[in-house]
Amino acid sequence: MSNKVTNVVFAGIGGQGVLKASDILADTAFASGIDIKKAEVHGMSQRGGSVSSDVRFGEGVLSPMVAKGEAHYLVVFDKTQVEPNEACLSEKGKLITVDLLDISKLKSPKCVNVALLGVLSNFIDLDVDVLKDSIKANLAEKLHEMNMAAFEYGQSIKL
Amino acid sequence: MAKRILANGNEAVAHAALEAGIKMGVGYPGTPSTEILETFSKIGGHAQWAPNEKVALEVGIGSAFGAARTIVTMKHVGVNVAADPLFTVAYEKVDGALVIVVADDPGMASSQNEQDSRNYARAAGVVMLEPSSSQEAYDFLGKAIEISERWNVPVFLRLTTRICHSKTIVELNNLSKSTIEPHYEINIPERVMVPALARVAHRRIVAKLHEIEDWACEADSGMTFEKDGDKSIGIITSGISYMYVGDAAPEAGVLKLNISYPFPNKVVKDFAAKYDKVVIVEEGDRIIEKDCRMIGVEVVGKPEEFIFGELDIARTTKLIAGDGSPDAPAPKGRPPQLCVGCPHRYSFQVLKDLDAIVTGDIGCYTLGVMPPFEKIDTCVCMGGSIGVGLGLRHVLPDDQARKVVSVIGDSTFMHSGLTGILEMVYNRPKTGHVVMVLDNSITAMTGMQEHPGTGRSLDHTGAYQVSIEEVCKGIGIENIAVFDPLKEQEEMKATLKDYLENDKIGVIIARRACIIAVKNIIMYNKQNNK
Repeated sequence: MSNKVTNVVFAGIGGQGVLKASDILADTAFASGIDIKKAEVHGMSQRGGSVSSDVRFGEGVLSPMVAKGEAHYLVVFDKTQVEPNEACLSEKGKLITVDLLDISKLKSPKCVNVALLGVLSNFIDLDVDVLKDSIKANLAEKLHEMNMAAFEYGQSIKL
Repeated sequence: MAKRILANGNEAVAHAALEAGIKMGVGYPGTPSTEILETFSKIGGHAQWAPNEKVALEVGIGSAFGAARTIVTMKHVGVNVAADPLFTVAYEKVDGALVIVVADDPGMASSQNEQDSRNYARAAGVVMLEPSSSQEAYDFLGKAIEISERWNVPVFLRLTTRICHSKTIVELNNLSKSTIEPHYEINIPERVMVPALARVAHRRIVAKLHEIEDWACEADSGMTFEKDGDKSIGIITSGISYMYVGDAAPEAGVLKLNISYPFPNKVVKDFAAKYDKVVIVEEGDRIIEKDCRMIGVEVVGKPEEFIFGELDIARTTKLIAGDGSPDAPAPKGRPPQLCVGCPHRYSFQVLKDLDAIVTGDIGCYTLGVMPPFEKIDTCVCMGGSIGVGLGLRHVLPDDQARKVVSVIGDSTFMHSGLTGILEMVYNRPKTGHVVMVLDNSITAMTGMQEHPGTGRSLDHTGAYQVSIEEVCKGIGIENIAVFDPLKEQEEMKATLKDYLENDKIGVIIARRACIIAVKNIIMYNKQNNK
């Protein structure tokens, strides 16, 4: 796979905002003018089952899915989903999980996805302001304040 | 500069449809195809759900006979339902473009089989294009329209799950709109397929396919794409597999077939002649491989392992290396299940309590097969629950036959349950039979689509509402009962027990809206003043 491409895998359970998080990241890359592909599966898998979504951005992205052992970042929203997905991580890949968060610091557990995007934003080469704009564009206005707070809380977490 | 959007393949097709002035979008929902018409409607196109894919294609055929540009959308198994009109419209002249957008599901992310629609193109003699990205999904709808109108033939646009649901960048290039207004031109020889005319028509379509093949082999047709590479290996591929090949074998020469059928023989021969070895990388059945062998091109096909599931970069690497060893089993995620609070849960508890033999159908309720219920015993196809249940009733010993119950959803009932109900009263089993309609008032599994029983059209505005109980009554079902499975679970159980024990012909409708859809249903009905 091309070394000019960053590979991120999001994983969780249906209803946790996995696809929303991957949409936000994909929109950020798109708004930054670089190549981007995002893979996800709809339908049966969303009935309370495991959900994952791959985002690849950089230069000349081909496959929309991240190959096993090639993910630079694995972002997991539900502890149970680490094991089924960790094989996607590269040797030097980073695992970012919900365990890093103190959920009591979030206004709602529904902000976990955006908080973890905050953690991820410390590592990836995308402009934080563009990322924040994408978060707002993907969420209803009444949710902006709590999600901005969640994002900034995520940013404050150091791995 | 052309406008750029980030879109999945389904959305890309919808945008192309709008720009090309598609006048009719018609289909039946099915993952992974559903969002094509939903998006088309949202951005301003005319789209409608038909009760099933056969009717959808027939409506589409009429629209194209009337010189209107038309798309018909469905998932792969939907083509089985639409196959009857498909094989004959292939012989007939369409005046407006007729593009059938079919979405295959290799790997069965959300399907009951992984049939390969490329077989239909060959079996029916229908041109097929295969995009490898959202951009191509957009561009190839334009190409499909061009082919359909130039040769007056229907054309398949074949997507797969990873095209439908992967977002990639699309440049909107202002596809040209039709200059023809809908009208009807009488053309009996090319529209009435009685044997004498059909014999002529069959020869005519085969001649057209030869012409299209010749055109596709011209460099400027855009129907093939060639990437030069190392002389040692050339790869022939199509669709999403092209992307995996780019990652797995960046040095190889590649021929991408944008047209899957008719097979561009000359281009393939010329490509193959340049390489020491030619390997075929294709998902699903061995179709390109067989077509190559048919024209005498020596190729390396894929090991049998790769007729199963979808490809990805790792599997493509193995395929190219000729390594047919099975993959290590993927780590198990959490399987899908009936939602907490799903009304079907209460119905399945009743079926479990009564130790029923349950013939199932296609929908969310198929998840009744999962623990704690494990109360779906068969699942074949849309509408299949009723016929299969009746077959069991006819042959089983009475004590077992009395336990057989068919369960079917509301959308599936509209799709193809009606003929099963006819069979039930026409060839009545000695022990009677019971159908339970698990009516959650929406097409839930595919993502909350409307159907003739919801009283709303595709865009959720009001429409005539077909009553399941009235239909059953009209057909002649003697016993019909409607329950709220949550609030009237005990009464429902007692009624089912009575029907089963007393050899009755009955339909029990367990009606309670899907817990995910209910908020929207209330909102739509308010908007529609219902």
